[in-house]
Amino acid sequence: MTETTLSPAPSSAETPAAPAKGKSLYALDKLTQKRNASETRFKAYGITAILIGLFFLVVLAVSIISEGTPAFTRTVVEVEFAVSQEQFDDAEKQLFKTRAYENLFISGLKQQLDESGVTVPFDEAAIERLLGKPGNTIRSFFRENPDQIGQPVGFELAASSRVDGYMNGRVTRDNIVDSRFLMKSDLDIADALVEAGIIKTAFNWNFITGADSGVDNPGGAGIGASAVGSFFMMLVVLFLSLPIGVAASIYLEEFAPQNRITDMIEVNISNLAAVPSIVFGILGLAVFIQFMHLPQSAPLVGGLVLTLMTLPTIIISTRASLKAVPPSIRDAALGIGASKMQAIFHHVLPLAMPGILTGTIIGLAQALGETAPLLLIGMVGFVARGYPDGLIAGFTEPNSAMPAQIYTWAARADYAFYEKAWGGIIVLLVFLLSMNILAIILRRRFERRW
Amino acid sequence: MPLFWLILIVLAVATVGYVLGRSRALASAGGERRKLHSLPSYYGANVAMKAAVPAFLLMIVWLLAQPFYIDNSISGMIPDSAISEGSSRGLVMAEVRRAARGLDNAVAMGEITDDFARNARADFNDITARLKEAGQIVTSEITQPVMRAAQRFRILDATASLIMAIAVLLVAVIGALWGLRETKADFWARNTVEGGVKALLIGAASIAILTTIGIVLSLVFNTIEFFRLYPAIDFFTGLTWSPSFSGRGGSSELGIIPLLWGTFYISIVALAVAVPVGLFAAIYLSEYAGPRVRAVAKPLLEVLAGIPTIVYGLFALLTVGPLLLSVFGDEGIGIMQAGTAVMTAGLVMGIMLIPFVSSLSDDIINAVPQAMRDGSYGLGATKSETVKQVILPAALPGIVGAILLAASRAIGETMIVVLGAGAAARLSLNPFEAMTTVTAKIVSQLTGDADFASPEALVAFALGMTLFVVTLGLNIVALYIVRKYREQYD
Repeated sequence: MTETTLSPAPSSAETPAAPAKGKSLYALDKLTQKRNASETRFKAYGITAILIGLFFLVVLAVSIISEGTPAFTRTVVEVEFAVSQEQFDDAEKQLFKTRAYENLFISGLKQQLDESGVTVPFDEAAIERLLGKPGNTIRSFFRENPDQIGQPVGFELAASSRVDGYMNGRVTRDNIVDSRFLMKSDLDIADALVEAGIIKTAFNWNFITGADSGVDNPGGAGIGASAVGSFFMMLVVLFLSLPIGVAASIYLEEFAPQNRITDMIEVNISNLAAVPSIVFGILGLAVFIQFMHLPQSAPLVGGLVLTLMTLPTIIISTRASLKAVPPSIRDAALGIGASKMQAIFHHVLPLAMPGILTGTIIGLAQALGETAPLLLIGMVGFVARGYPDGLIAGFTEPNSAMPAQIYTWAARADYAFYEKAWGGIIVLLVFLLSMNILAIILRRRFERRW
Repeated sequence: MPLFWLILIVLAVATVGYVLGRSRALASAGGERRKLHSLPSYYGANVAMKAAVPAFLLMIVWLLAQPFYIDNSISGMIPDSAISEGSSRGLVMAEVRRAARGLDNAVAMGEITDDFARNARADFNDITARLKEAGQIVTSEITQPVMRAAQRFRILDATASLIMAIAVLLVAVIGALWGLRETKADFWARNTVEGGVKALLIGAASIAILTTIGIVLSLVFNTIEFFRLYPAIDFFTGLTWSPSFSGRGGSSELGIIPLLWGTFYISIVALAVAVPVGLFAAIYLSEYAGPRVRAVAKPLLEVLAGIPTIVYGLFALLTVGPLLLSVFGDEGIGIMQAGTAVMTAGLVMGIMLIPFVSSLSDDIINAVPQAMRDGSYGLGATKSETVKQVILPAALPGIVGAILLAASRAIGETMIVVLGAGAAARLSLNPFEAMTTVTAKIVSQLTGDADFASPEALVAFALGMTLFVVTLGLNIVALYIVRKYREQYD
């Protein structure tokens, strides 16, 4: 305002920002243009930020799917041939029995190649590089099924992981180095077999149902056993955290008097929700394993640790859904003579149940993806060597969990395991996604607006 | 599984008590429910509660105390001469426990007779061999004192378990009888049961306190043990981190400074990614976006928060690392040696934190009263001016709180740094070099097969303690700021 008063009289009626004379009111002056430009820029920053976030999400999704899908397929060699009784007896008499079966297999393979009119030279060593040692599989099949002798039997043998890599483009003619695992010449055989329709890609059931394999056998690794470990852990988490969480929330929301102890519990819960998960792993190691001598690597211990970790989440969401039940429900129950406990357990709790279940499922999904605390209590991937032999063994026998199994694969040097790790992530995310969808459906169907 | 059966039997006693209590209450009122003080089921529940709750409490306390008692009485049996050089009583006790479990399993499998397991005196090589044959993991050779202790351990363990079973059953039956004696028509059963239920609710709520106490105690005791073996001054001021792998200590240098530096550096990179992106996303979503864009973009961004950290770890190791290497590596600029680096881990962690920052800030920005916006618009300010000069200053304390919470998340994050940041502890300014963090070293020190009493393993607890104190401090400050701010506009 000081400027205006100091300026000469005629212009004092105009505001300083008014457009200069001779210009249309619709033409924007410099300051307005600048302000509008900065407005547009600011909005563009916001859009860019959202797009960056979404871009990362897309990149993540694309790399998971593109890297992980090969884990679900495997390359198999399908050969059909017959073994006569004499050949069987003859082979059983020899010193190197599996070698004899391998020769039978090779002659079968040759015959099948001849039939389809493809010729390629190959020897025993090349077959072993492509297929491992097929003789053993064939021998054990015929020893178990003697009635199949003399009839043509189709064998579906898994190709080695290098051939697998060649089939899905990880190994190419340019980057292959001749080794005892695979030679350049073997790729010609592989191509010929593909042409003859003998090498095929099949769905890898073993990946879904199998257990962890050794460091040197990426082809045989599966996530099934550790999925079972995860399942038993989730059972423990569900059956401990749901009742404890609901009980704690009911007390804090409905009964707790306003005093220092209640305050302390509340502060504790909100702090526990933000404690790093690895600290819970340290707690599990020190209290459950060092102090209570519970078995190491057991899903029971993993479940206990994850229970303590998910409790704050469940308590926070349960309290929110208890709070959402209007006081008129409580008042009505109390008015017709119910005790406070009856009003809560008979009326408030059932109405809050959908919200509680939704929160619990989301807490479980969080626990299912947790890795770090499990590593500390010994649930590393290579422990998952097979399925537990019973219900109780499922809780107490050493096992792994899906995320820990993925970590173990990712930490191995062989790049064939990376593919398994990505595949494992797909399986894990499918579980998480279905749990979240279940939670959304529950919320949509049962949530009540008051 | 005798424990399993014991639980079942106690539950059965409680069920029988429920039925008896209910019918006894009805009988005492001459079959007329109106004459009872409470509903009949409350009389049953009273009996069941008195049977089951004290019995289970006794069982839990007993199970916690039993290992202590047995350990104490056994460790007295082991002469000092049996503890070899460099070993400790704790290690020998672990061996005893393993041997005892091996004997148990071997008996259960029928490989050796119970009598043999109890009384074997003669040939210890033979016992080791037979246990190994039975597929039991035992140490190279079971010495005589260990074998004696293991046999004594089995006997004590079996007797203690037997006594516990009897005591628990006795308590359950006495509780049920006590409950039945009380059951009369004018007994206030409902009030008693509700009092019990309330006690259970309080117990459940105090588990949060117990967890915190458990965390603090487990960290404190092991940290003190560590500082007894390794000077605290060296730990907090040491500039090198190089644990020896022999597991016997002595030559290890365990300075926390390089780890703290790595943690700090990675968190800074992560926040440098997450804060601008998250904040601008929150501003756009709350001030500019229409309801439709918001309904799509907000949940999609939050998907990033629901993805397990192992996925981000793998993403860092196998996608982002090689990508950065191809740009900044030897083929590109040449300042990056390997895919695992501060930048890799920081970038991916930043992606993980975007939704964390954006949804917290979104809540806080939405909490700024509409009147403040309207006032600003009324004065002729544009939207961006309103955001910059009115909303952000008003929301600033809350946003700072959100950033602090994100920082505490970044410091405590484990899987991304384990896979993405490398394993070498280093003090360097180059963000394309591999460094390591407190959390990554906790994992590596506790997952190896270092002996549990060595400084190399115990250092993990001291690291955990540091981590816990730092994140707790950040959380408390952040929650204080957020809460104080929220109260202003309520």
